[in-house]
Amino acid sequence: MCPLNQAMKFLTTPRIDRCIGCHSCSLSCARLIHQQISWSSSGIRIHSAGGLSTGFVALVCLACDPAPCVAACPTGAFSQRQGGGVVVRKKHCIRCGECVAACPVDAVSQDVHGEVYVCLHCGRCVKFCPHNCLEFGELDQLRRSLHDD
Amino acid sequence: MTDCFTVLVVDLESGKSKVELVDERARVAGGSGLAALLYSRFGQAERAWDHPSQPFILAVGPLTGYFPLMSKTVCAFRSPYHEQYTESHGGGRSALSLFFAGYDALVVTGRASELSCLSFGSRHLLIKEVGFMKGYGVAMTGKLIRRMFPKSSGHRSILRIGPAGEIGSAMACVNIDSYRHFGRLGGGAVMGAKNLKGIVINGDSSHRLPDNPEYRKVYKKVYDQVTSTDMMRKYYHLGTAVNLQGLNDIEALPWRNLQKTCDPGVARINGDVFADQTLLRNAACSGCPVGCIHLGFFRDKFKQDARYLYHQVPYDYEPIFAAGTMLGVTDCFDVLRILEDFERVGLDAMSAGVALAWATEAVEKGLLSEKETIVALKFGDAPAYQEAAGYLGTGYNDFYRLLSGGTLKAAAVYGGTEFACVLGQEMAGYATGPLYFAAQSLGFRHSHLDTGAYSYEQKHHQKDVAKAVDFLIDDEPGRVLLTSMVACLFARSVYGTETLAECLSVTGFETLAASLTETSERIRRLRWQVRIATGFKPEDVEIPKRFYSVATVHGAVDGPYLDQLKAEYGRRIMVLGRPDSEPE
Repeated sequence: MCPLNQAMKFLTTPRIDRCIGCHSCSLSCARLIHQQISWSSSGIRIHSAGGLSTGFVALVCLACDPAPCVAACPTGAFSQRQGGGVVVRKKHCIRCGECVAACPVDAVSQDVHGEVYVCLHCGRCVKFCPHNCLEFGELDQLRRSLHDD
Repeated sequence: MTDCFTVLVVDLESGKSKVELVDERARVAGGSGLAALLYSRFGQAERAWDHPSQPFILAVGPLTGYFPLMSKTVCAFRSPYHEQYTESHGGGRSALSLFFAGYDALVVTGRASELSCLSFGSRHLLIKEVGFMKGYGVAMTGKLIRRMFPKSSGHRSILRIGPAGEIGSAMACVNIDSYRHFGRLGGGAVMGAKNLKGIVINGDSSHRLPDNPEYRKVYKKVYDQVTSTDMMRKYYHLGTAVNLQGLNDIEALPWRNLQKTCDPGVARINGDVFADQTLLRNAACSGCPVGCIHLGFFRDKFKQDARYLYHQVPYDYEPIFAAGTMLGVTDCFDVLRILEDFERVGLDAMSAGVALAWATEAVEKGLLSEKETIVALKFGDAPAYQEAAGYLGTGYNDFYRLLSGGTLKAAAVYGGTEFACVLGQEMAGYATGPLYFAAQSLGFRHSHLDTGAYSYEQKHHQKDVAKAVDFLIDDEPGRVLLTSMVACLFARSVYGTETLAECLSVTGFETLAASLTETSERIRRLRWQVRIATGFKPEDVEIPKRFYSVATVHGAVDGPYLDQLKAEYGRRIMVLGRPDSEPE
């Protein structure tokens, strides 16, 4: 399940313990990728880690390979992204929510209309994080082990 | 974008709610303007603040969610402090939650038959009885609410009150998401009068991106301004606590109930000390990348062995002034301990600290004894203030109940009016001189943020009543415009009128964008009209003698000049607030 592909780039959250909860990453994903003003219709969502006193967690795709959400998708709307993560073909999605249920880390979400949101590992949110919590690049095992989230 | 406001109106008495569309965007913009409009429709000028029919209002603005730092909510109500219409502003997640719940405003009327919590989002609304929460502190209430309403973690706002709100204290705040507040003038008591312990707002919907392709460009420009330049550094670096040293240096920092305006003790509780010794981390209001919330910590050993507990407490300049310099407390951890105890009972820190400072001087002068204060109050004695916080917040005896209605109310009974540090309400921490004293006394929220008086005073030393009052009058509409958007006032250097017009235009509010000058003036007048209709009279606001004997950096306060400033500012406000007053 762990991606170690050196060629592909991934969104990771290596410094999420710096997160101040501004939601700028979620808002940018919704704005730039999904044409929405939203903090939840986004590939990355910020939650408090059990009340604000304990800081924040980012709910975001961990780039599984093979990805359980892909296996669960009955229409092929979700397909395996090379090296980890998923490619989404919205036209094929029937909004059944199987991918949401299949994700073990709550990284896939659905809005009230059934539309599905998952990180596409495009990295466009990274520059909107004021504290450099996010990173977009190749992954290796050592760097992953140093992640704080 | 629609020109109609979507307003959720909840009647706690019947348990019924409705969604009203109010077609007044172009006239009142949102935020402060919308709140005043809603109070003029739902408020009862002839009825007391705690009458069930009085509305408790939350309002956001046309740019909420669309641009950075548009992260505040206006809370409006008839205040238990002075029985007049007022606003209190707060952030946390409240603004984005209300916006993403699909509403521009919430109006709560009626009184629930039992202590209750209101929870709503874009697709649900429920009122749950929570009698078991009666008397619980703010933190525990938050934990219980999180357990009861588990949906939307991270995308919801939890507003709640402590015992101070339940007993109707005029110093009761509304806690927002643990670390922010609708602090001043007793909003917590208004919720208490409605038997409303908490409000959970689920921001569980989304909005369409504005059609205008320029929107993203303007967003990026504003975002870069607030994050890539040093413009906001003072707010996120040491935060507002940086002002402690600066104001002490210019002899404008109130110490020990304003008996002094500077003290070497500041070296132990200035912004650097708080950052170096207590700062645990920063946090942000949702939608604000600046992250000005400073969370300090203290730890306490609760057993002889190495057993510790720790608490996180937000700090800022004003709370440090109120629980620190004003009380003569110069240990940074002790300041946090006192603030934690104010928070626990749901007291506004500024009001409570200033009230206890007066009580301490009253004890020194023999006007009060432990018969009233229960604990011996002494400047610098932090544990005594921690204990007193509980008495004040729960209205433990007649004295504390009276004091919780306002320092001047207690002083009227026990004496000591002359050294009550009250400027319309318990003072904010700026002893810059007469212009500030006049401005806070008569300012709309009795806040240092109503106008830039403290700043003007530091730059202009000549005593020119007309010029100074012109400044106050001219400075207000710009701030009213920001609080109608609803921007954090820390962003006032970013959001000039031109930038606001650009933001509104690309978001789809072209009509509003084209008339900002007239709109801000209209809103300013509407706010004063509503305020005056609920009893505001400048001549009723007295400035206690202590403010006439303050030593400022410009020397002793010129009493007649202060009186002239107050008289002229009051006169100008009353002209603005005449019922027939319209912007030119």
